[in-house]
Amino acid sequence: KFEGVKNSQGNYTVSLIEGDGIGPEISDAVKNIIAAAKTPITWEPCDVTPILKNGKTAIPDAAIESIERNKVALKGPLATPIGKGHVSLNLTLRRTFNLFANLRPCVSIAGYKTPYDNVDTVLIRENTEGEYSGIEHEVASGVVQSIKLITREASERVLRFAFQHADTIGRNKVRVVHKASIMKLSDGLFLNTAREIAAEYPHIEFDAELLDNTCLRMTTDPVPYNDKVLVMPNLYGDILSDLCAGLIGGLGLTPSGNMGDEVSIFEAVHGSAPDIAGQKKANPTALLLSSIMMLRHMGLTEQAAAIEKATFATLAEGKFLTGDLGGKASTDEYAQRIISKL
Amino acid sequence: GAVSPVKTGGKYTVTLIPGDGIGAEVAESVKTVFRAENAPIQWEEMATSETPASRSDSLFNDSVNSLTRNKIGLKGILHTPISGDVSFNVAMRQALDIYASVSMIRNIPGYKTRHDGVDMVIIRENTEGEYSGLEHQSVPGVVESLKIITRKQSERISRFAFDFAKANNRKKVTCIHKANIMKLSDGLFRSAFHSISKGYSGLTVDDMIVDNASMQCVGRPQQFDVLVTPNLYGNVLSNIGAALVGGPGVVPGCNMGDDIAIFEPGCRHVGLDIQGKDQANPTAMLLSGVLMLRHLGLHDHADYIEKAVYGVIADGKTLTRDMGGEASTVEFTRAILDKLEVVHKA
Ligand SMILES: Nc1ncnc2c1ncn2[C@@H]1O[C@H](COP(=O)(O)OP(=O)(O)OP(=O)(O)O)[C@@H](O)[C@H]1O
Ligand SMILES: Nc1ncnc2c1ncn2[C@@H]1O[C@H](COP(=O)(O)OP(=O)(O)OP(=O)(O)O)[C@@H](O)[C@H]1O
Ligand SMILES: [Mg+2]
Ligand SMILES: [Mg+2]
Repeated sequence: KFEGVKNSQGNYTVSLIEGDGIGPEISDAVKNIIAAAKTPITWEPCDVTPILKNGKTAIPDAAIESIERNKVALKGPLATPIGKGHVSLNLTLRRTFNLFANLRPCVSIAGYKTPYDNVDTVLIRENTEGEYSGIEHEVASGVVQSIKLITREASERVLRFAFQHADTIGRNKVRVVHKASIMKLSDGLFLNTAREIAAEYPHIEFDAELLDNTCLRMTTDPVPYNDKVLVMPNLYGDILSDLCAGLIGGLGLTPSGNMGDEVSIFEAVHGSAPDIAGQKKANPTALLLSSIMMLRHMGLTEQAAAIEKATFATLAEGKFLTGDLGGKASTDEYAQRIISKL
Repeated sequence: GAVSPVKTGGKYTVTLIPGDGIGAEVAESVKTVFRAENAPIQWEEMATSETPASRSDSLFNDSVNSLTRNKIGLKGILHTPISGDVSFNVAMRQALDIYASVSMIRNIPGYKTRHDGVDMVIIRENTEGEYSGLEHQSVPGVVESLKIITRKQSERISRFAFDFAKANNRKKVTCIHKANIMKLSDGLFRSAFHSISKGYSGLTVDDMIVDNASMQCVGRPQQFDVLVTPNLYGNVLSNIGAALVGGPGVVPGCNMGDDIAIFEPGCRHVGLDIQGKDQANPTAMLLSGVLMLRHLGLHDHADYIEKAVYGVIADGKTLTRDMGGEASTVEFTRAILDKLEVVHKA
C-alpha cells in the first residue's frame, strides 16, 4: 500500500531514475505526457550511478534517501554489462529496497497485430533470491557451482502478494509455475509453501504447473491464462515474462512494478537498447505503461485512466508508431500524438 | 560420434523403451509402420517405467545394459513424479553419458501454425547444470540447489553443436545463456562456446540471453538456426519451439553420447492425461525413428516412412486431436500404412 504524502504544492514527489541508453529519451516523453494530463506529481531526479562500498556495488546515499522519502520511483533501463566486476544494478536496487515481488502484466495492444490475439496475462516473479542469489564459486579449475537459494520466508512473501494481487484485480485463480520434478527440494519448498498460503485464501482457486508445460501451453495458446495470476521463482519469471512480452509484440510494450513493503519502483522491462540510443527511435510505451501502473498504485486512478486511453487510442490508430512497431514516428512525435489525444 | 550398432542376421538390434503415459501406444505405431516398411530392425523391448506403481531399479538397469550393448535405442518418455527419487530420464543420461539432447523444431509441410518458416535445432547439455540433483536444506526453510557448469562439458556440447551445424549445412550457431546474472557459471558456458567456435570457419557465431531468446522465439522464430544451451534453458526453449510447430506430438529428437545414440521425441512429455485413450499423435516418435534410420545409414527406409507421415499430414484428412483432427492413434497409423504403399509405388 502506497504511503507517500503530498508536498506543499499538493503534489506527490516521485524519484525519477532516467537510466542509460534510451532512458533519457523515453523518460522525457513520459514526463511530458504525465504533465499534460495534469497529474499532481513533482519529479525528483535521482542519480544511481553505482559506487563501490566496501568492495560491493552500492547505490549513492542521496538516491537511497530520495526513494525512501518518496516511497515510489519510476525507472528507465539500466545497462547490465556482461562479465564486468559490478553486480547488476537492477539487482542492487531490488536488494537495497527489498523489492520482493516483480509484477508484469502483458495485454495485447489493439492496432498492433501479432500472431497472438487477446493476450492478458499477469505474472508475478520472486525478485530477491533463487538463481539470482549471486553465490557462485569456482570449486576446481573449470568447475563452477552456482547456488540457487530458495527460502520459505521470501517464497511466502511473494506468494501472499500474488494472492492479494489476484483479489485486487479481481481474478480468482492463482497458479504457481515450478520445476519441482527436478529441483525437488528448492522448487519443492516454493510449491509446498504455495499450498500452505493457498489455504489462507479459500475463495481463490489454486493450482501448479511445471515450467515446461507453461512454456508449451502459453506459446500454443495464451488465452486460457487470462483469468489467472501466475507466480514463480525468479529465473522462471524472468523467462516467462519476456515470453509474454514477445506474444504482444516485444519489450517496447510491457510495463512492470517492483513491489516492496515500503517502496515500489516501476520500470520498463526492456534493456537500455544501446543500439538505438540517442536516435529518437525508442518506443516509450513500456515506461509509460509502467508509469500508469505507478499512478494506479498511488491512487491517481483518474489520470492513469486518461493517459491509458490516449495511449491505446494512439497505438490503435497506428499513424504515429515508432520503428519497433513498424512505424516511422520519432519518440517525440509519438508522445505528442498521445498528448493531443489527452 | 562414431556409433557401431550391433547387426545380426542382416538386422540391427535396437533397444526400444516405450516409456510411460502414451509410450506404449506410440511405440506400437512405430513397430507397425517399421514392420510394413520392412526396415531391418530387431527391437529389444524394455518395460522400464517410472510411475510409482511400476518403478523398478532392476528394469532400469536392464535397459541401461541393453543400450550399452546395442549402442542404439528408441525411447519414449519416463514419467518423473514430483515427490520421489531422482528422475530415471536424468539417471539414464548420466549413466550412459549421453550428453547432447537434440530437438528438431521445424514446421511440418502443409500443417499451418502461427508461424511459417521455423527451422531450428536446439542442442542441450544433458548431464549437468540445474539437473545436477545436488540440493540441501541448510537450515529449516532455506534450501540451496547447486547448478554445476564445467568447462569440459561446456566445450564438449559446443563442439557437438558446431560439428552438427557443419554436417547438416547449417549457417548459424547461437549460444543461449544468462551470463549477465550468473557470471561465473553461465559465463563459463559462454566463454567455452566462443573459444571452441574459433576452431570452425564458415559459420555465424553469436549468443543471446535466455529471456530475450524466449521472447524472440514467439516473435520471430525464423531468425534461429542451431541453438546450444545449458540444461534448463534447453528444456524451456524446446517447449516453446515445439508449441510453434504443433506441439510435443510432432517434434522428433535424439540424445547422443560419444558412442550411444538414443532417439526420443524432442519435446519430452509423457501425456498421462491421454494415456490409453488412443488419442496420442505418434508423429514425434515416428520421425525420431526416421532420424534413427538415417543414423544407421538406412536412408531409403527413412525416406519412405518420412514421406508417408508427411503425406498423411499434408492430406489433412486423418489427423489426431492435437493437430485439430479426430483420428485415433490407430486410424492415423493405418493411414500411414496406406500412404506407405502409395509412396512405394510412386
Ligand atoms: N523501448 C524500446 N523501443 C524500441 N526498441 C527497443 C526498446 N527496448 C528495447 N528495444 C530493442 O530490443 C532489443 C533488446 O534490447 P535490450 O536493451 O533489452 O537488450 P539487452 O541486451 O537486454 O540490454 P541490457 O543489457 O541493457 O539489459 C534491441 O534491439 C533494442 O533496440
Ligand atoms: N504424442 C502426443 N500426442 C498428443 N498430445 C501429446 C503428446 N505428447 C504430449 N501431449 C500433450 O501435451 C501436453 C503436455 O504433456 P505432459 O505429459 O507434460 O502433460 P502433463 O499431464 O502435464 O504431465 P507432466 O505433468 O508429467 O508433464 C498434454 O496435454 C499431453 O496430452
Ligand atoms: Mg529479463
Ligand atoms: Mg511434462
